[in-house]
Amino acid sequence: MKKTVFLGALTVAGLAAGLVSAGTLDDVKARGKLNCGVTTGVPGFAEPDANGVWQGFDVAVCRAVAAAVLGDNMAVEFVPTTGKTRFTALASGEIDLLARNTTWTMSRDVDLKFEFVGVNYYDGQGFMVPASLGVSSAAELDGATVCIQTGTTTELNLADFFRANGISYEPVPIETGSEAAQLFLAGSCDVYTTDRSALAAQRANFPNPDDYVVLPDVVSKEPLGPLVRHGDNDWGDIARWTLNALITAEELGVTSDNIAEMSAGTNNPEINRLLGSEGTLGEMLGLDAEWAKRAIMSGGNYGEVFESNIGAATNIGLARGLNAQWKDGGLIYSPPFR
Amino acid sequence: MSDTPNIGFVRHEPIPPSAPPIQQAGMVKWMRENLFSNWINSILTILSIYFVAKIILASTPWMWNGVWTTSSLRECREVLQGTIGACWSVLAERWNQMLFGFKYPAEAYWRPTLAFVLLLVCIAPILFQKLPRNMLIFSAIYPFLAFWLIWGGTVLTPVVVALSLIAGYLAFVKMERLTGFATGLLSGVVAVALVLYLGSFVTAALPEFIALEPVASRDMGGFMLNLILGTVCVSLSIPLGIVLALGRQSNMPIIKGICVVFIEFIRGVPLITLLFVANVVLSYFFPPGTNLDLILRVIIMITLFSAAYIAEVIRGGLAALPRGQYEAADSLGLDYPQAMRLIILPQALKISIPGIVNVAVGLFKDTTLVSVISMFDLVGMIRGPISSSTAWTGIYWELYLFAILLFFVVCYGISQYSQWLERQLRTDHH
Repeated sequence: MKKTVFLGALTVAGLAAGLVSAGTLDDVKARGKLNCGVTTGVPGFAEPDANGVWQGFDVAVCRAVAAAVLGDNMAVEFVPTTGKTRFTALASGEIDLLARNTTWTMSRDVDLKFEFVGVNYYDGQGFMVPASLGVSSAAELDGATVCIQTGTTTELNLADFFRANGISYEPVPIETGSEAAQLFLAGSCDVYTTDRSALAAQRANFPNPDDYVVLPDVVSKEPLGPLVRHGDNDWGDIARWTLNALITAEELGVTSDNIAEMSAGTNNPEINRLLGSEGTLGEMLGLDAEWAKRAIMSGGNYGEVFESNIGAATNIGLARGLNAQWKDGGLIYSPPFR
Repeated sequence: MSDTPNIGFVRHEPIPPSAPPIQQAGMVKWMRENLFSNWINSILTILSIYFVAKIILASTPWMWNGVWTTSSLRECREVLQGTIGACWSVLAERWNQMLFGFKYPAEAYWRPTLAFVLLLVCIAPILFQKLPRNMLIFSAIYPFLAFWLIWGGTVLTPVVVALSLIAGYLAFVKMERLTGFATGLLSGVVAVALVLYLGSFVTAALPEFIALEPVASRDMGGFMLNLILGTVCVSLSIPLGIVLALGRQSNMPIIKGICVVFIEFIRGVPLITLLFVANVVLSYFFPPGTNLDLILRVIIMITLFSAAYIAEVIRGGLAALPRGQYEAADSLGLDYPQAMRLIILPQALKISIPGIVNVAVGLFKDTTLVSVISMFDLVGMIRGPISSSTAWTGIYWELYLFAILLFFVVCYGISQYSQWLERQLRTDHH
């Protein structure tokens, strides 16, 4: 599969100069819809509700970009992709943007010819064990059987971590998160490892959440973010600055409630530039002046999107942690709008 | 008679037969013979009863206590308060999604439902010989009607396709009578292409003519997708399989070679790799934007796959026919197409029915493999959107039991029908 992806990426890289990158922005505008790759379902990040409308934290990025480019946050064609098909779907031009819990790694960025436009969630791989196991650190897991999802970076991180600590383990590879959780509950493995956000989400839905603990160890950096193809920098800029607009809006206190009055003009020049009442930032991107305003109105600023989809008040119940604004001690930081 | 000694009592009627001993009749006899005939069987019977009872005792309260009306797994657990019970609410809430996928417009659910009901009407005269033969006219119309109902759009699209096929058939009949099979086939193909080409202008000009709301292929999902893939691929792969089987028996080396290579290649490759090819690799061969429909790509791949298997089944049927049948056809002066149509294939196909049904049932179940290329058939819906939604993550048994039930009903029906058909077509002793 990796080879296919690689060959495919090469083929497309060759074609890209002539065809694909003739202007993704123009293609999207002509089509009237943004083709956005998402997961086939991760609680809180991307899931269709009972009416078939996609909801979630990653979905909000797609909707914001659609709102910025097309003026309608519902003008998105969601293309569900699996861990195996996501990169070919992007490389072949089937989707314009991939917002699918994808870890930004060097080989994906360089070798697969993609361009990560930012990070919308800083995750890290963790371990969950039954409380009855009496383990307080992952370093004590010598000889454990470990449930892991295949085709993800977690598999490699796991091997690295156990090798670095000089302990052994027995992997139980599994295709989807829900199957892994089921096997873990049935006792087929001592440890379940994946990104800590997913661990928290699944533990929240266990019959007895208190019988399981997430160990404090974080064994990897998992910066998750949206990505686009190499070779169309204009389109990459639009995706990057739409994400930055959501982050900056939170930093500057622009919310979906007060955006209407703020867009009339404020004393803060950066807010004015962001919302288009001053400067020509939208024009530089090839969009109109109100692009960022529409992006923010589609689901709120970064903080609002976080709280409504995966925040403490939801079933997922994630704390901001690393994903707090830099002013609050987190890593979420946007370059300035000027 | 009078000199015979006086006998005190003579029975005038026979003794009524007494009931057989209790051990030799009814339930007891049956149980003694079938369940407890010797001590090994007795032990096995008791063990089986023990396990069956254990399963029933464990699962019945779970099923019976089930909750039907909540809107998330958490609420189920609150209602159940720690008692054992299934959370059937997920079926109630996501019922439509499991049948139609999550993107098919809700107000159009009647269309695939109607198409499914009509499918039963359509296959009835094909399956049951005793029904009036003119119902076959509806069966011929059905594929076009079903396409229009499920995909929507203007009614002209399927009409044009139907007209082109009729034109092709007429051209074939006419030319075959004049010049023979090969030229007949060729002129038929030309006629189809010509009518399709002309018709495309008509459909392009009148996109709103008796139109239903169009639904894109990628919006199909749920059990509907399994049924579409199963029905279309089986019905397309049987004719293709016949052609391949005949081609493999041909005397012409090129045709034989092509058929052998095709069949052996497809049979040597797992279906799932073909599906990956359909999903990801084919997109590289088309220029961006001219993406061939994903369902169409998958239908082509599954059809080719099952055609290779059906070809081998039919080749078995052809090989089972005695040599004399071929020679009899030749001696009647029939040419090759006539001999095949009138003598060989009717007999060979009858022999092949169990094998063909076997492939068809297997194929129908294999359609669930499309879930790995992110199409949302029934299993794809369960694995993807439903079991990883915030409300229902953690639900497992209820969903898969439902899927098992749906597939079992359909597959068991197919297998019962095929057994009935074999009895109907039995010609060995009348």
